[in-house]
Amino acid sequence: MSTVRDWAAPNPVTENRSGLIGKPVDRYEGRLKVTGTAPYAYEVETPAPPLFGHIVSSTLARGRIASVDISAAEAAPGVVRVWTHLNVPAQAARGTRLNPRSQRASNPALESDRVEHYGQSVAFVLADTPENARAAGGLVRITYEAEPADLDFLSSLDQAGPAPGEEDARIGDFEAGYSASEVTVDATWFSPLQNHAQMEPCATTAWWEGDKVVVHTSIQMVKGGQHALAETLGVPSDRVRLFTRYIGGGFGGKGQSYDDLTLAALGARETGRPVRVAYTRQQMFQATIHRPAVQMRVRLGADQSGRLNAMALEAVTHCARNAPFVEHAANFARNLYAAPNRLTGHRLVRLDIPHAGAMRAPGEAPGMLSLECAMDELAETLGLDPIELRIRNEPEVDPDNAKPFSVRQLVRCMQEGAQQFGWERRNPVPGAVREGRWYVGMGMATAIRGNFLLPAKAGLRLTGDGVATLTQGMTDIGTGTYTILAQITGETLGLTLDQVRVELGDSDMPPAPGSGGQFGAATAGSAAYETGMVMRRRLAELAAGDPRSPLYGEDPTLMDFANGNIVLGNRSESLAALAARAGPEGVYVEGGISPAADARDWSQHTYGAQFAEVGVDSVTGEVRLRRMFGVFAAGRILNAKLAKSQITGGMIWGVGAALTESNPVDPRYGSFLHQDLGGYLAPVHADIVNLDAVLLDEADDKANPMGIKGVGELGICGAGAAIANAVYNACGVRLRDYPLTPDKVLAALEAKGL
Amino acid sequence: MKPFAFERARDVDHALSLAAASPGARFLAGGTNLLDLMKLEIEQPPRLIDVGRLPLADIAETAAGGLRIGALATNTAVASDPKVRRRYPALARAILAGGSVQLRNKATVGGNLMQRTRCPYFMDAAKPCNKRLPGSGCSAMEGLSSTLALFGASEMCIAVSPSDMSVALAAFDAVAETVRADGSVQRRSVETLHRLPGEAPQVDTDLAPDELILAVELPPPPEGGQAWRKVRARASYTGALASVAVAGDRVALGAVAARPWRARAAESALADGASPAEAAAAELASAEGEDGRKALVRRLAADVIRQAREGVGS
Repeated sequence: MSTVRDWAAPNPVTENRSGLIGKPVDRYEGRLKVTGTAPYAYEVETPAPPLFGHIVSSTLARGRIASVDISAAEAAPGVVRVWTHLNVPAQAARGTRLNPRSQRASNPALESDRVEHYGQSVAFVLADTPENARAAGGLVRITYEAEPADLDFLSSLDQAGPAPGEEDARIGDFEAGYSASEVTVDATWFSPLQNHAQMEPCATTAWWEGDKVVVHTSIQMVKGGQHALAETLGVPSDRVRLFTRYIGGGFGGKGQSYDDLTLAALGARETGRPVRVAYTRQQMFQATIHRPAVQMRVRLGADQSGRLNAMALEAVTHCARNAPFVEHAANFARNLYAAPNRLTGHRLVRLDIPHAGAMRAPGEAPGMLSLECAMDELAETLGLDPIELRIRNEPEVDPDNAKPFSVRQLVRCMQEGAQQFGWERRNPVPGAVREGRWYVGMGMATAIRGNFLLPAKAGLRLTGDGVATLTQGMTDIGTGTYTILAQITGETLGLTLDQVRVELGDSDMPPAPGSGGQFGAATAGSAAYETGMVMRRRLAELAAGDPRSPLYGEDPTLMDFANGNIVLGNRSESLAALAARAGPEGVYVEGGISPAADARDWSQHTYGAQFAEVGVDSVTGEVRLRRMFGVFAAGRILNAKLAKSQITGGMIWGVGAALTESNPVDPRYGSFLHQDLGGYLAPVHADIVNLDAVLLDEADDKANPMGIKGVGELGICGAGAAIANAVYNACGVRLRDYPLTPDKVLAALEAKGL
Repeated sequence: MKPFAFERARDVDHALSLAAASPGARFLAGGTNLLDLMKLEIEQPPRLIDVGRLPLADIAETAAGGLRIGALATNTAVASDPKVRRRYPALARAILAGGSVQLRNKATVGGNLMQRTRCPYFMDAAKPCNKRLPGSGCSAMEGLSSTLALFGASEMCIAVSPSDMSVALAAFDAVAETVRADGSVQRRSVETLHRLPGEAPQVDTDLAPDELILAVELPPPPEGGQAWRKVRARASYTGALASVAVAGDRVALGAVAARPWRARAAESALADGASPAEAAAAELASAEGEDGRKALVRRLAADVIRQAREGVGS
């Protein structure tokens, strides 16, 4: 097993002689997607004309199905099958794991008469057209027996209990430290339930080839989807071939499979025809996972100089009654600021609503909306600049575990950000800057997000045409994975980008964990790099051992790769010639990455500083973002354009979290108020007039051989808090109830007599 | 979506005769609202009569010195028409505040008037809604929606009209000209084209099933300033929490009733010399609803009236 010391040695990526690393290359699949020529899962060609499935969703939150009548639906035009729990083909019981190594257990659809949340699948129609399937779905008659349901988070807080298997994290004595502090902040924030709001709905096209099912589906984790379907069908996983080549957004919501996958596979098996199933837009909101609400109490105790003596973050969050999930909203605080007395923990409220799950920086995204505003309040109480307060609490080692930081440029992020943003122009007095009917203010917050490396593999084939093809059971959910893997492979082998192909999203390919937790680039990319290094050694040995090569007999460890050639001194041979001699299949190698044996000896995170300027309409309470700027440090950057796109996209999600995004549960029904993109308000272009980000030069040699880190989720962290702090600076209103919609701002302005 | 018949009208008479012969048929113009509702099975017309290619898109000056806007003029065409922009700037602004560029390129003036409420309980076919399913009840009354009627609601329905354009049209005293299959032409005020919900919230307008909007006519713009403003949670592509159009001494409020709401009490207060704030308060005195909503509309109306008077808001 390697150690981080092995990783620190210079290598082709860190040397970057061709300059492919960091180059702002356009996304390989970008043009395909925007021109409609990238076939999404619902659109792939099928070997025969397909049938179309439509899922009927429950209109009850909790209880049982009392009766079903499918006669009208069965008689409707074009209908081929109508299934409910009474006649759906057999599936493995929920949670079954025939193969103990399966990453996901059985996930049957229409499994019983039990209804556990509004929007749960209760019937399935297969028909000749999507319209006929949907129309027939409306003819399925279901009656329910309702049972009492817990649906409202805030009125269920008294039922909050410990998260399973978790204890509060305590260092020092928080209570004593807090009560001995000269200056304190004690306030509670609320971050609401939010939806992922991907453009592409969950969708699957399935057909059978003998006893093997081929599925094209929209999912972030290839193996997870393959294993879930295999366990549900009760077959070995090699009987499921799962493709997921183009994905129209995941944001955590497609980290698992849904009933479209199961029902498409079952429908195709039972009818002998390909089947397409997609969730409707409404089902995307109601029947997939969401980010749970978080109520967070923050207590800070400091001395007059601003040094924190005590810090507590206590989160209450929700999950579905039978699907435990914890939004770890307090965890980020363990590593952020120094304070000798610390307490962080989570409590869980179980509700009868759809499953809570991972979404866009789970934990940090809602969590930082509280602490980073509490720090702003503390700074104001102390008469300190918010940046200075944070600098005074900058730890020398990780305050949670005393480990050294691999690299931590948080202070530099704040200082460079302040300088470029023009922070010195901020008037610290709230409500002091007015432009016409607008109150204008500035706010800042920090960002922190963990960095991860998971085990992954890749395959690489060099063919006689001089093209290297990287294959990996990885996904590109719109983040740029295809493109950065090509850059890494090209730089490692000394090839140009048009000499590299990348093929992803196939369960037959060497596995990678997929996209999530901003671990994708570092994990898949490191595997690609290591595989490229395996290929280099193989090619060098081939050349050294082949009398037909100009490099015959030379030391393979001294050979280099550049411009499509393998080189030693003034002798060289093209990779194309070498591969051609190896045979018609060229040369194929596999490689992989695992975390270093000592990787956990360092505290490793990505960091940033967020700055926002807002206008608050003094008449209406509308908040408009005027400009936003962030400085981030996230290791070596593989592609300047795509990394910045990821970061600014994250910041925009933060704008949504601060100002617009929320989906209340209607306590009468258990349904969400908003069920489409017209009602659930994510930011639009007009909301984002001036937003930019800078990534600092950095290489984290403790992270992986390339010194890269994740950028996918860092941008949202702290972004909303910077906006909330700017709102306070603009108009003197401290709102702790996200999102800061006009009605709340106006009520606060009225309460102040403004 | 339920199966339906589709027919393209050759001319107005053809469209009207098709409508008269097919109960439940709906005219289709831009389709930006009707088709969405059909996919959700909230609208289930057995027949669509496509009027989108009829020659009803002209924007022309009238002998009276006003403007006649064909029912099929797109929102984009109206908002960018120099005559509209010069003389009815509050209308141009109201239109540009609606939807997105893509929607405005398809949406028409006649269709805009015929669009249905965006009340989330109307849009969700699984929920009780007297407007969608008469007698089923109103889930919005005790619901979570933030945009409910302050004026003219009934026990049956508290939904609001989502149209921005019609708020400005009401402030300009615009008239909709319609024709029926029997050839009769009617002129209806845009302000009262939509019914208040009363006992029959399922009926949005007074138009007969075979009645087609031909044009909207604007009288000459009134003396005095114009102003328009729309309050919304994000900067574009979402419905109003409230809107206000002011044209001279006329004031119309949006997203507060099932129709564009002419603020008559505010207008008469202004005529009596009241300040903008006093006029807005006079109008809100009869409002019923949540205090925060009332405060928003009161503050907004006062500010937009003031803006129009100062001549800075047009």
